[in-house]
Amino acid sequence: MNKSLKKLEDSFITRHIGPCWAQQKSMLSTIGISSLQELITAVLPPEIQLSTIPHLCNAVPEHLALLELKNIAKKNKIFKSWIGMGYCGTIIPSVILRNVLENPGWYTAYTPYQPEISQGRLEALLNFQQITVELTGLPIASASLLDEATAAAEAMAMAKRISSIQTNRFFIANDVHRQTIDVIKTRASTLEIDIIIDHPDNAVNYKNIFGILFQYIGTTGQIHNFSSLIPELKKNKVIISVAADIMSLVLLNGPGIQGADIVFGSAQRFGMPMGYGGPHAAFYATREEYKRSMPGRIIGVSRDQSGNIAFRMALQTREQHIRREKATSNICTSQALLAIVAGFYAIYHGPQGLKKIATRINRLTDILALGLKIGGLKLSNHTWFDTLTIEVEDKKNILLRALNLGVNLRNDLNNAVGITLDETTTPQDIMSLFSIFLEDGHGLDLPLLDYYIKQHNDSISLPHDLLRTEPILTHPIFNSFHSETAMMRYLHRLECRDLALNSSMIPLGSCTMKLNAAVEMIPLSWPEFTEIHPFCPIDQIRGYIKLISQLSNWFMLLTGYKAFSLQPNSGAQGEYAGLLTLRRYHESRKEYNRNICLIPNSAHGTNPASAKMVGMKIIPISCDNQGNIELNDLRQKAEQAGQNLGCLMITYPSTYGIFEEKITEICKIIHHYGGQVYLDGANMNAQLGITNPCTIGADVVHLNLHKTFCIPHGGGGPGLGPIGVKKHLVNFLPGHKIINIKGLIHSQHPVCAAPFGSASLFPICWMYIRMMGTKGLRLSSEIAILNANYIAKRISTTYPILYTGRNNLVAHECIIDLRSLKSQIGIGEIDIAKRLIDYGFHAPTISFPVPGTMMIEPTESEDKIEIDNFIAAMIAIREEINLIVKGYWPLDDNPLVNAPHTKADLAAQWNHPYSIKQAFFPLKRENKYWPPVKRLDDVFGDKNLLCTHYPSS
Amino acid sequence: MTKIISDYKYRSTHEWVKRLSLNSDIYIVGITDYAQNLIGDIVFIELPVVSTVFNIGEDCAVAESVKTASSIYAPLTGKIVEINMLLNNTPELVNTHPYDQGWIFKIESFKSYEVELLLDAVDYQNIIK
Repeated sequence: MNKSLKKLEDSFITRHIGPCWAQQKSMLSTIGISSLQELITAVLPPEIQLSTIPHLCNAVPEHLALLELKNIAKKNKIFKSWIGMGYCGTIIPSVILRNVLENPGWYTAYTPYQPEISQGRLEALLNFQQITVELTGLPIASASLLDEATAAAEAMAMAKRISSIQTNRFFIANDVHRQTIDVIKTRASTLEIDIIIDHPDNAVNYKNIFGILFQYIGTTGQIHNFSSLIPELKKNKVIISVAADIMSLVLLNGPGIQGADIVFGSAQRFGMPMGYGGPHAAFYATREEYKRSMPGRIIGVSRDQSGNIAFRMALQTREQHIRREKATSNICTSQALLAIVAGFYAIYHGPQGLKKIATRINRLTDILALGLKIGGLKLSNHTWFDTLTIEVEDKKNILLRALNLGVNLRNDLNNAVGITLDETTTPQDIMSLFSIFLEDGHGLDLPLLDYYIKQHNDSISLPHDLLRTEPILTHPIFNSFHSETAMMRYLHRLECRDLALNSSMIPLGSCTMKLNAAVEMIPLSWPEFTEIHPFCPIDQIRGYIKLISQLSNWFMLLTGYKAFSLQPNSGAQGEYAGLLTLRRYHESRKEYNRNICLIPNSAHGTNPASAKMVGMKIIPISCDNQGNIELNDLRQKAEQAGQNLGCLMITYPSTYGIFEEKITEICKIIHHYGGQVYLDGANMNAQLGITNPCTIGADVVHLNLHKTFCIPHGGGGPGLGPIGVKKHLVNFLPGHKIINIKGLIHSQHPVCAAPFGSASLFPICWMYIRMMGTKGLRLSSEIAILNANYIAKRISTTYPILYTGRNNLVAHECIIDLRSLKSQIGIGEIDIAKRLIDYGFHAPTISFPVPGTMMIEPTESEDKIEIDNFIAAMIAIREEINLIVKGYWPLDDNPLVNAPHTKADLAAQWNHPYSIKQAFFPLKRENKYWPPVKRLDDVFGDKNLLCTHYPSS
Repeated sequence: MTKIISDYKYRSTHEWVKRLSLNSDIYIVGITDYAQNLIGDIVFIELPVVSTVFNIGEDCAVAESVKTASSIYAPLTGKIVEINMLLNNTPELVNTHPYDQGWIFKIESFKSYEVELLLDAVDYQNIIK
């Protein structure tokens, strides 16, 4: 091929990689290395460097990748899916689709750990919590969990924590969704919890149970009234959780009012498509007294230094990054973007609009029920919101007629067919359903049926004593933005408060804030990917099967492994799934006592939290002052563990940002004592085409697709954490009980609700790999390493670099040590982080993995100009610190301690010893970012937890 | 300057212990000035349940600031006989008055010799130096 044609093929690579060739050359010369190849040879231990790069595919340009993916997408068949089981058709308002889901200002933001630059999405998440609180009838809500089934497993684990009853028995109502029960069973198996499944009314007959899970509307449609059952059960101090459908809660009172302790469910039908299983947010609420035991992030209202209302993440000490194995859950990335969408959906429709939607769904269901009854069919349920179970004799023919009309119905019930209607259902659809069940010539007249229902006191399907009597969502936020103009402006207003990748580099170490290219996001809105029910017939998902096979295959080539499970919905869930796989493997060899998990002190808190979730015992391993694992300590503890050694969890390159020299030896030690090696793939971005987990010697890895493979962070989710394994572990990967596809997913208990997790995100990773090709992927890792070393080299004269590896080089990130500054001058990492906001930058990761430091990860997508701007800001801040040292500015009134500076500061009378220019425009920056609030009062926020808006006066 | 009370007993995990009265088996327990300073502004104390029995060194309460959660360990084997209910609404007492109003629980000691194994003020001072 001639050179110009080749260039066209590689065109996306140069869009994704920040530094152009000339910049790369200049950066290499700064670090004193002549080529990228030489850099890689110098930075990695030679024994783990790949001699040949695995061939995945050649790169193709953007438009051709889209065409190719479109052809794959077309193999999916879009049916009307009224299968229900927790997944429904929805209509996403275009104003939300375009301004939020398709807007990098929203989707490229990071988790709001830095509240001053995150007030927009914090408000959006608070809206979601407000909806949760009002609909569930419980006062404390979280800012989303991964899906309904994992929320159920979390509810069981939480019930175990808070229950005063010392038993291991948990009761599940037999009409909870199947996949929910399956996910709970997975979790129960490692926590040694016995599951009892029976009719909800029989719960009273069981003694010695610590918790109960009910479903407000059973999987076959029946609505339960728990108001007399729950008080009866609570006499035994049982913790009661209720799964609920969010749309039905608009009309029905919250289970919290009936006495439930925990209420959760999927928020999918508030504006997110089914997407073959996700991503969707789960809502989760509990009582005030249990707030410290709740899993997941909580957004709380606090105030800033000037006393203005400001939002922040509250009660973080429950979470894995602080509490490690004592955390309430391993969850970190949740489903922020999807929770945000659900919140906006409710705001745009408002309480009246939501009521209209819910009432219409229920009315159409009433009409359908009446028509079918007139037609001579019998319903299994006598109350309903949107779901009917119809007893049929010729099930086969009915399902066949449905398929012929492009309709999916629920087909897994004995001698019955299930239908769940949704927001998209039309009167014509009801007529089609009549034809499907009663055949043509049924003679039913829809307006007449409607009239009949109206004459008979409207809905008889919703029990009157469960109907809401009090208005919901009365806060002005839910009653002000119903025109598209108003909504568009509200969304923009919030967006502008936040700093995302469309403003500047986000150099968060260990987070990999690389480009999420626009073209990678385009297929997310294709109906061939979005309008697919996760339990639809396999014949309709040939496109997804192709996509999943191809992606798995690429991941296998990149990691050197034999199989992948694309099910886990987040990195943390990947860890859980991977450890579960190892546990199942040990059990298959009858080595039931291999439950010790060695974890280096440098590990991310999620590791011990995940190990705890699978019932493992955590033994910490020390690191030396170079940041490496102490081999003697490792050997000693592995030997001590002996027959009980389950595994080692390790991150590579290490969380200290270095390619540990002894990695292969470390793996050998573990294997020698019969353990397995779990590789945390958080830093996979530095490995692509250079080395891989298999070569290193690990047995299982999870990949954070939201880091290395371009799924945007969404302000705290969605993420994905597929796991790859060596051959001996293939049979122990998570599977699914409802969906089995030969060669792709087997029958094994799942870790989340849908067979392939949040499958509609896969196109992002597929596009990225297809456009980068083998060479481009390797280049991405090379440049990530180059950029980090360039920063380390240039910044090291101003701030000491804490750890370096071979040849004084770092991997793809570096840690700067600020501890002596703090102890000598009193200016610390927080002050520098807040001051960076004034310079227009998101701070690097603060105090992880070492307190009092910052970890900087530029990624390959930032060019030299932006990196130089960042370095200039860091150096300028150091000079400001010098002026404090020299006494020009007092320690309690200087640009650092007062940072960030807001517009209100500018408008107020200026009486600081430094100039306005110094405060607001210290370096020339084209795009000045204005933080909306000053530093947050954390103590006030945690002491006075409020996870909804202040009531409007 | 970190404050240490000379006639209290200490544990290396930063709990202090004071005998309720001369011949009593009941001891008052709190955390030291050094510990509260390390934790920072305390926003919540998770108190043990009265009449629970703990072994020496067992995790029995938690002091939470906004950034950390620190376990408080039973300095003696025994039964919790009283907890400082004031801390439910004013956990900051542990910051402001670690040695008196900020006490955390009272424990009835089951093994009198354990008291002898605790550190005295001088030893504790050396530990935190």
